[in-house]
This record gives sequence, C-alpha cells and structure tokens, in this order.
Amino acid sequence: MASLANHPANRDQAKVMNRYDITKRMVGLLHQDEAVIGGIGYTNFDLWAASESASGRRQQNFYMLGSMGLAVPIAMGVAIAQPSRKVFALEGDGSVLMQLGSLTTVAARAQKNLCIVIMDNGAYQITGGQQTTTHQGADIVGIARAAGLTQSAWAADEDAFVELIGRSLKEDGPWLIGCRIDNQKPVDTTERDPARIRDNFMRGLGVRG
Amino acid sequence: MAEAADGRAWYEIVRDVLKRHNVSLVTYVPDNVLRPLIEAIHADPFFTAFSCTREEEALGINAGAWMGGVRGILLMQTSGFATLPNVLASLSVPFSIPTLMMVSERGTLGEFNIGQSLVARTMRPVLDALSIENHTMTRLDEVEFTVDRSITQAVATMAPVCFILSPLLTGGKVFAK
Repeated sequence: MASLANHPANRDQAKVMNRYDITKRMVGLLHQDEAVIGGIGYTNFDLWAASESASGRRQQNFYMLGSMGLAVPIAMGVAIAQPSRKVFALEGDGSVLMQLGSLTTVAARAQKNLCIVIMDNGAYQITGGQQTTTHQGADIVGIARAAGLTQSAWAADEDAFVELIGRSLKEDGPWLIGCRIDNQKPVDTTERDPARIRDNFMRGLGVRG
Repeated sequence: MAEAADGRAWYEIVRDVLKRHNVSLVTYVPDNVLRPLIEAIHADPFFTAFSCTREEEALGINAGAWMGGVRGILLMQTSGFATLPNVLASLSVPFSIPTLMMVSERGTLGEFNIGQSLVARTMRPVLDALSIENHTMTRLDEVEFTVDRSITQAVATMAPVCFILSPLLTGGKVFAK
C-alpha cells in the first residue's frame, strides 16, 4: 500500500483551488487512454471544457446527465470491465454525499484501477449555492478512510494535486483525492446529447469500432 | 418448488441462460427469494458477483461495465426497484444502456408486510411509464425462453428489461409471525 505521509493536509488546511484549473491540469496528465466519468453539475461542465484541445475533444470521457451520485459506481463498472485501464471518477461533494455507500463497495473490492476525485466547495452550487454538510464539517477524505479507502488524501495545493494524480496513474489504488474548490462558474456547458456521449465513450474505450 | 423436465430449478435455468449470454457481472441487494440464485452464481467462477449498498449504485456499476464491454444483471426485490425510477429515466433509458434487472416480487400472493404490499403497486406503472420491457415469470417452463429471448432483445435494441419473479414461480416469501 502506498504511503501518503507526505500529504497530511486536512480539509481546513487544504488550499481553495479553481475547478477548471485543476481539471485542466488533471486532463493534461492523462495519456489519452484513461477513462474519466464526470458527475453531474459543474464538475461535469468543467471536464467538458478542460477536454477540448486543438486535436479535438477527449473521447474517453463520460458525462452524466442526471443520476446524481453515480459517478463512482459508473467508474467502478468501467474499471471492472477493463482492469488494465485507469478510471477516474470526478464527483462533487453534494453528489458523493448522496451515495457514500459506494465508497465502501470500492474499498471492499479493492478496485486497483480506480481513482476518485472529489470537488468540494461545500455547496450545491448549480442550484443556488445552498450549503452541503461538508460546509458544516463533514470531511469526505475522513469518511473515505473510514470506509476503507486508505489511500485518500486532501490535495494541499495545485502541486500536491498534480503529484497525487501522477501517483494514481502509476500506482495501484483505489485512490481518493479531495480538492477544495472555489465557487467560480464553469467555463463551458456540456452538450446534452446522451446517445452521442455514450457512443463516443464506447468508441474511446475500444468497445465499438 | 417445481423443477423443469430436465430437473433444473428456476435459479439454475437463470444461471445457465446468463452464462450462455455472457452476462458475467451480477450485482445485487440481497433478498431471501433470490438467495438460491445468488448462491448458485457465487458458486460458479464464471461470474463476478457482489452485493451493493443500494440498487442505484448497482445499476450504475452495471451501466459502466456495459460501456466497458461487460454485460451485467442487477438482482433485487420489489422495494429495491422502487428506488430506481430516477436513474432509469436519466441513465439507462436516455443513454440506451441495456440494463438487465431481475426482481423477486414481494407484495402479492400472501404478503405479510403492508409496506411491501403498497410499494409493489408502484413497480409496473413505473416500468410502463418508461416503456421498459418487462415480463412476469410465473411458470417454470417459460423461464428459459423469456430470459433468453429478452436478453437478446435488450442487447440488440439497447434497451433495459425487467424480469419479475412471481411467487407462483419461486414460492415467494412465506408469512412469518
């Protein structure tokens, strides 16, 4: 098991970062074959925005359009189906709070090729910024550790985030990386075309030719 | 409980049909009526099978697995199905994901729990409202044909299907004081 002794930050100590900025950094570290599942809301929108480049939009992304809370389960399903591929779940604090049980399932199965990234701004931002319980002190990384995800850490700042993503790409998981983020609006809006999203994703994973 | 002409029970027929269709992932929230099927699946190394904390979670795992090239089925009881309308309507149906579901039917033919008998009445209206193919299996001699053909159809048409296991088939859950 990997040691995370060099990532001791707790939620209060972690720097408040920008969601688009760190999503862009994460996408930049991917090698094009990792799968990324974007949970609903602004997490999803900024994944869409961060995945566009001069060579087109990254194909191995799946964008949920509802089914709040299912980014981790969907990512786990992809990880089970394709054990040699790294799979990332990007999820907001409000969303993961809705499906905390899934963290125990990931831990119980010790899903090695899965990394969960939580974007925590303490708010249901897309519905008007109402507070989530993380704002009141619930600590997703602490919850994850208690669920059995021992390789869970808060990203103290952008450099720590980049290092943690890098390690999750190289070393077995499951990983959970907690990120404090600000309340900036997302850079773009995901195209809401489920048939196209699903078909693109399956082609990106090599399931369809 | 009835046996088929070849001596197989309903859960052995279901297991064999799932194997034939390469449905190798089985996620479930347990139920007493499903127990022999769950045990038969765990006893067969062909399957990857585990319990989930909620039916929604299990549906999400199966959806991800299908997009990754692996077929799965979700086993649950009637009250568990009642937690699924939102994810069926926002994931399985619009994304054209062939979500395979098998529900052991509570709430009818001798139900002793009033909550089960009430929630059971929401199941078929939800399936019909979303135009999800569903079959209630009451007879042993229909199990193979129903499951076999319906999996073929779900995969070919990229649409969910729900198999409802009637107490007439399984014996159901008997009144316990």
